[in-house]
Amino acid sequence: MFFTNWLQHQGLPYPWAWTISQVVLIGVFEVVLLTSIAFFLLADRKIWAAVQMRRGPNVVGVFGLLQTFADAFKFLFKEPIVPAAANKLIYLLAPLVTATLAFAGWAVVPLDNGWVVADINVGVLYLFAVSSLGVYGIIMGGWASNSKYGFLAALRSAAQMVSYEVSIGFVIITVLLFAGSLNLSAIVRAQGPNFWDWYLFSPLLPMAVIFFISTLAETQRPPFDLLEAESELVAGFMVEYSSTPFLLFFLGEYVNIVLLCAIMSVFFLGGWLPPVAVWPFTVVPGIIWFLIKICFLFFLIAMVKAFVPRYRYDQLMRLGWKFILPTSMAWVVIAAAWVQFVRPLFGG
Amino acid sequence: MAFLDRKARQIFLVDMIKGFLVSMKYFFAPKATINYPFEKLPQSPRFRGEHALRRYPNGEERCIACKLCEAICPAQCIVIEAEPREDGSRRTTRYDIDMTKCIYCGYCQEACPVDAIVEGPNLEFSTETREELFYDKAKLLANGDRWEAAIAKNIELDAPYR
Repeated sequence: MFFTNWLQHQGLPYPWAWTISQVVLIGVFEVVLLTSIAFFLLADRKIWAAVQMRRGPNVVGVFGLLQTFADAFKFLFKEPIVPAAANKLIYLLAPLVTATLAFAGWAVVPLDNGWVVADINVGVLYLFAVSSLGVYGIIMGGWASNSKYGFLAALRSAAQMVSYEVSIGFVIITVLLFAGSLNLSAIVRAQGPNFWDWYLFSPLLPMAVIFFISTLAETQRPPFDLLEAESELVAGFMVEYSSTPFLLFFLGEYVNIVLLCAIMSVFFLGGWLPPVAVWPFTVVPGIIWFLIKICFLFFLIAMVKAFVPRYRYDQLMRLGWKFILPTSMAWVVIAAAWVQFVRPLFGG
Repeated sequence: MAFLDRKARQIFLVDMIKGFLVSMKYFFAPKATINYPFEKLPQSPRFRGEHALRRYPNGEERCIACKLCEAICPAQCIVIEAEPREDGSRRTTRYDIDMTKCIYCGYCQEACPVDAIVEGPNLEFSTETREELFYDKAKLLANGDRWEAAIAKNIELDAPYR
């Protein structure tokens, strides 16, 4: 807003000023996001290493903090190899699609009260649409690389993401019923002011657990990383990728994971809100609380990778369709009944 | 009841929580690995690392070109050529070890009657090209000069057991 006004004072018409300031905002946002993703990636490796009583990367920079940047530059300077029989256009488009969609989801996530790139009133629908499109990047990559491993992994991931997206949809509906809004900032505000008002500590607790499990499946994290299953499919849909396209896939994956952590904290952990609305906590900026919540959820996701063995494919499908989906569907009814009949008793 | 018990455990993710607690225990456990290039594990005096040709304290090379090492080498990676020197003593003119073939069995140092060829404590001798691993006599003697102190100490430590 401030930048838009300044540009208008410089004599630019409003649409131009707005566009330029918005582009600058998005650019800054992306750079900050990318940098933090680098550290999330390192944290993932460090956590995994710690559980296995290893040290993890600790040579590049202090405590290995620059390891991810070293890896990124390694990927950037490597030679991209395109298989001769691959569909070149789609092959190179797929990682771009994955990375772009992963970043696009962040547009509606409120980092603090009012700190949101696009404060649209159907933010949840937008998020849902963008994360549903994510499967295209994987299918395109798996199909276009013309490799049986890539193709099998793409088929697996399509089935997996579609099945878990359904239950994520139902979980989101329960949250919407409670919050009464599709705007993410409004969902956060509905969970104030103290931590016992968060949806984690409401009848939605089982939905938070289900959302967490579905997040693991949605982002192909272990124990649901069946499309990467290195013992069967080498590296899944990424098997033919190298260099920058691989980097983009990898980046997209982690941006997606952190995005879903952010969404989870918006839906269930009260987003930028402090745990208790009293003096020392309210002074801390909301983005710090948001970051703490994201880090906590990311830690849980990283720990799951460390101690849960990979599911078999039929187990994954059984869990998705026969347990998680019916439970979340039933909970839509329960949540609706709660909002309609029980909540008025508390004067809500 | 057993059925209900099992189902309840599954629904309340009991095993997951137990697994989480166990892995948190190991999260804070002391590390099993060391900080390798900066810390190193102790090495046995019998460690069989990079080869070296030793000299006597007066600078005379020990090898008398008996070719026992060449004969015993199971990988046949040692090549020796010898002829009498001007003073009449038998010495090698060529002593090559193909380190890419060597299996580090240590038979050469066992066979050697004068403790000339030994496998020293050095294990960090990776190279960027394959050719650098075709060691010749000069390289082996240089290794011997470089590692003599450690090699002599190892032989002394291991002497009571052989």
